[in-house]
Amino acid sequence: MILAKIVGTVVATRKDERLVSNKLMIARPVDPRGKAEGTYLVAVDTVDAGFGDTVLIVSGSSARMASGMKDCPVDAAIVGIVDTIQVKD
Amino acid sequence: MQLARVIGEVVATVKDANLIGTTLLVLQPIASSGEAAGRTLVALDSVGAGVGENVFFVRGREAAFPFYPSEPPTDATVVGIVDQWDMEKP
Repeated sequence: MILAKIVGTVVATRKDERLVSNKLMIARPVDPRGKAEGTYLVAVDTVDAGFGDTVLIVSGSSARMASGMKDCPVDAAIVGIVDTIQVKD
Repeated sequence: MQLARVIGEVVATVKDANLIGTTLLVLQPIASSGEAAGRTLVALDSVGAGVGENVFFVRGREAAFPFYPSEPPTDATVVGIVDQWDMEKP
């Protein structure tokens, strides 16, 4: 899983029917200290995350195991809203 | 599977129902020399690993298997704590 910050939303009227009524978010991956890294991605939101939240994103086929995502054409799903990160190094 | 060092923990109250009760660890993948190699990631813990330990973790769909029959949405899970490793100098 990766840490990411929600930076926007996506609206798409025409989409795969199994994506209908799912919320799509634009997320920017961040490191544990909050520094942005990598490129933006679109992820399906399964936990009602909001703009500015730091979230956990699961990628690949594992994304289909998120709640309500069974057999959906999804490769990135938001599965948690991060409260705190403690890092030692 | 890959070697990594546990460098932190993540706390998330709002999360997928199948993630409740699991521990979220911040991992720094490492090379055989012990140096950091690649981006940090968050993984579930299935063996009781803690901050500062060297571990190995599995990526992909198989990362959910240690929790069978539950299927948490994870793409990385710590499946072993490394005591030591030996290898020839390249």
